Formats: sequence, structure tokens, C-alpha cells
Amino acid sequence: MAVGTGIAIPVKRPSTFSPAGVWRIFRRYPVFPLFILLFVLVLPAIFADVIAPYDPLEGQLSTRLSPPFWMEGGSTANWLGTDKQGRDILTRIIYGARISLMISIAGIVIGGTIGTTLGLCAAYFGGWVDSIIMRVVDTFLSMPLILLALVVVAVFGPSFFTVIGVVASLLWVGYTRQVRGESLTIKSLDFVARARVAGASHTRIMFRHILPNVVNTIIVLATLEMGSVILLESTLSFLGAGIPRPNPSWGVMVADGRDHIIAAWWIAMFPGMAIMLVVLSANLMGDWLRDQLDPKLRQV
Amino acid sequence: MQRYLLIRFGQSLITLIGVSIIVFTLARMSGNPLDVLVPEESGPEVIEQISKLWGLDKPWHEQYIVFVTNAARGDFGNSIKWQGQKAMDLVLQRFPATLQLASLAMVVAVLLAVPIGVLSAYKKGSWMDYLGKTVALLGQSSPSFWIGIMLIWIFAVQLRLLPTSGRGEWQHMILPGVALGWFPVAAFMRLIRSSMLTALDSEYVKLARLKGVPEWKIIWKHALKNAAIPPITFFGILVARLLTGSVAIETVFAWPGVGLLALEAVNARDYQVVQAVVMIVSAIFIFMNLLVDLAYAYVDPRVRLG
Repeated sequence: MAVGTGIAIPVKRPSTFSPAGVWRIFRRYPVFPLFILLFVLVLPAIFADVIAPYDPLEGQLSTRLSPPFWMEGGSTANWLGTDKQGRDILTRIIYGARISLMISIAGIVIGGTIGTTLGLCAAYFGGWVDSIIMRVVDTFLSMPLILLALVVVAVFGPSFFTVIGVVASLLWVGYTRQVRGESLTIKSLDFVARARVAGASHTRIMFRHILPNVVNTIIVLATLEMGSVILLESTLSFLGAGIPRPNPSWGVMVADGRDHIIAAWWIAMFPGMAIMLVVLSANLMGDWLRDQLDPKLRQV
Repeated sequence: MQRYLLIRFGQSLITLIGVSIIVFTLARMSGNPLDVLVPEESGPEVIEQISKLWGLDKPWHEQYIVFVTNAARGDFGNSIKWQGQKAMDLVLQRFPATLQLASLAMVVAVLLAVPIGVLSAYKKGSWMDYLGKTVALLGQSSPSFWIGIMLIWIFAVQLRLLPTSGRGEWQHMILPGVALGWFPVAAFMRLIRSSMLTALDSEYVKLARLKGVPEWKIIWKHALKNAAIPPITFFGILVARLLTGSVAIETVFAWPGVGLLALEAVNARDYQVVQAVVMIVSAIFIFMNLLVDLAYAYVDPRVRLG
């Protein structure tokens, strides 16, 4: 006998206009994460040139270290204050969104493509192809990757492309594992065997017959990874191993603010909040998408 | 078990070889390895010494053999930034500081994660559960270096309770420990919550209730004991991650550990030290992963037989 089952009490459905109805929409759809992603990341990234009030690289020395507008000495000329070189913090955060968005899209697309292809190959061909690919995956999973990223940067120097390369080389592993796992079941289904009988090539079967069946997983994984890519990029940039100065990466901005934390806390505070809000929203968005598209992934 | 042990040990060895190949190749990928191994301003005797140590006049496969034998002997050459010091000694000197910080972070994580995880599983859907979920989400979403800086701002600059950075008295450890423990709290808590949910739903918990065992005993003794296995295996992975992943926190707090050493070496283009750090830390990381897997296989026969 089940313990603790109560009697179902019929609940009156609230109408859509009541506060309860609005609350239901908030609970059912990721309104808050979507809002944040749109207004803190995507729109600023696209329209940075239009909406940013100042130049992100050129500061005005007359307004160095001015505080946010609500504090004594602050003004609405620089809503979130300025840094040591008199650059507007808000402007730099807006341009920083562009870097975060570009790095995460490029990294996820490159890493995802490589990872998916390898995962498909591992599952489809099996045998020694599978063994080799999965061994490499295991190797990647048991390495201290931040340190290796530092080595890569030590050799090639920090640049936009190094960061994308590092991100992609860390990401592909997840796709390979997930895509391989799912493709294994799909591979044994009837339609794959029929496609082979019909004379379809290996490439065609992999990309036209198996791939469409794992595409949900790939989308969910891409969204879930967006947050960690932004965290990784900002950590590398903070350490001076990511986006080189004076580009307004959020991580670089926090690093700049670190030296002025006593006199000017706002330099480090606001870019960090931008990172946190965006990563939080990306994670919530990913969780929601996963529940919608691919509940199987919930154990991951 | 022996077969599993052998296979798993072989895998770890392959991984370590993989890391050594990556480190070896990276130094030689940009054309002349001397560009990477030697900073521009060093004199001819340094160049001479380094190319002799790594056998740079030999073909590349012999160079790799030289690299591996040197590494196995713990000889990574002399540091260029820290004159007169062996790269290996530098890493060993810095290691205790990293170990200290990682253990403190672990303690912080366990002390916070266990009660929150257990209570949020027990009172599923209550405010406690929401609090737990929020902590987990925030922990996974916030950049640890920023958390560190904000902690400095609040507790050292505004409240003047704790020192801002460096290593010394016990007060110096609190902020970096909390900042480093921040992320594991979230991961740990989620794990405890989900395995507690399964345990609380089991037959033996119901039986204990029927027998009239006090509720606190059911939660903290009967259920938690059984729910602890997945978190404990995760514990090992976490220790490995904390030992290697503290670069950002050590930088924020100027904590003289291995992570800070790695960063300083990278910035000074001291590739001898970089090589030493990466190889040693990777070996520790891989070894910890191996231990975790063996412990898991010991506890759960399905792993070693599957």
C-alpha cells in the first residue's frame, strides 16, 4: 500500500489573467532566462555599435574611476561608472557580450561538429574505430584541462582563435559520448538495415538516417554547454590566457577590477554579474529544453 | 577484480602517455622548440644547456624518448624565472599550499552540502528544497574568481574582518577556502539530494517507520548511509579537480600553490616549469581517478564484471 497518497481535490482552473495564471506561465516556460539571455547577451552582442553610449577601448581621462550613477559623485553619463582609464563600464559590458556570444557559438559549433561526427563513426563502424575513438575520449576526460589550456596558450599566445580552439577541444568529448550512446540503439533499428539494403552509402546512412534521430540530444547538449563555455572563456581571460587586452571580455574586466577593489568595486562587480546572470539563464534554459526535448538526458 | 584492475591500470598509463605526447608536441609545434623552451632574452649557454637536456639535435622520436626518461626521473630541467631552482623542486615546494586549500574547500563543501542536500530531499518541494536548488544553481553559474573577489570586497575591504590575500595565519585560509568550495557545494548537494530521494522511497525506510524508529534516525542513519555511495565516489573526483582546478582562486588570493606557479610560469614563458607542473598534476589527477574507479568497483560488483 502506498503511504502518504492523499485524495485528489479538484482545483478550480485559474483564468489566464489572474496573478496565478501569470505565475503558471512563469513556471511552465523559462521566461526569466529567455529575458536575460535576450537582453544581456544576444541583443547587446548584435546591436553593440548602436546601443553602447561610448567607445569600448577609448576612455576619457577626465572621468576616471567615476562611480555608478546612484552613488555620490556618479552621474547618468556613466550609468555603471568608469574604470581606471575612464572607459564606460556599461559600454564594455555590452561589447563583452559580443565576445562571449561569438566564442560560445564558434566553440560549440566546431566542438559539436567534430564530436558528433566522431560519435556517429564510433557507433556506426564499431570495432577498432570505436575502440580508438573511445580511448581518446577517456584520455581527454581524465586530464586536467585548464592546465593543458594554459600550456596551449603558453605556446601559441593568447588570442581569439586560441580560445575557440581550446573551447572546441574540450567540448567535443561530451558530444562523442552522447551521440555514440544514442546512435548505438538507432543503428540496430530496422530502417538502417533497409537503407543499407537499398544501397545507401555509409556517409548517407550516418548523416541522413541516424543523425536526424539524435539531433534533439545535440541541441540540448549545446544549450547546456553554453553556460560552461562562457565560464571557461571568462576564467581563461581572467587569468590572462584568453582574450587579450584591451578587448572588453567580461573576464578581462573582472581582472582589471581586481586591482581596484578597494577604491572602485564597480569595475569588477558588474561584469561578474553579467557572467553569472547569463550562465545561470543558459543553464536554466538548457534544463528546460532537456525536459521538453529529451527527458532521457536527465540522468546526465 | 584482478582483470579489471589490470585493464584500468593500463588505461591510466595510456592516459598519462597521452598527456606526455600533448605536452611534448605542443612545445615542438611552433617550429623551433627553442622558441618555446627558451625565453628570447636568454644567453647562448642557457640555450646550449636546454638543447642538450632535451636532446634537441636528435630526430623527434629520440627526443620523445629523452623527454619521457627525463620526466620519469623527475628531471624537468632548471627554471628560468626562478634562477638556480629545479623545476621539479619548485612544484614540490608549492604543493602543500595547494593541498591545504583543497582540503579546506572539501570540508566547507561537505559541511554545507550534506545538511542542505539531505533536508531538501526530505522536505521535497518545501522552501528548504527551493533554497537548496537556488544554492546549486548559483554555485554552478557563478565564476569562482569573481566570487573570490566579491568575498575580498565584503569581508576584507568593507567589514575588515579577514586579510585580503597571501598565506599565513588561519584567517588567510577562510576566504580562498570558501571561494574554492563554492562550486563543489552545488555539485555535491545535487548528488546527495537525488540519492537521498531514492533512499527515502525505499522499503527499508518504510519498514523502519512502521517499527517506530524515530524520524531523525531514519534520515541520518538508515537512509543517509545507503545514499552516501554515489557522493563518496564523486568525492574522489572532486579532490582531483580541486587539486588541479584552483588556478583562478590561487591567483585571486595570491595563494602560493601549484596553480599560481603554473600561471606565473606561463606568463614568464618558463616552459620547463610549465612542463613539470602539467606532468605532475596530470599524474596525480589520473591516479585519483584510478583510485575512485577501483573503489567503485570494490563497492559495486557490476562495474568490475560488466
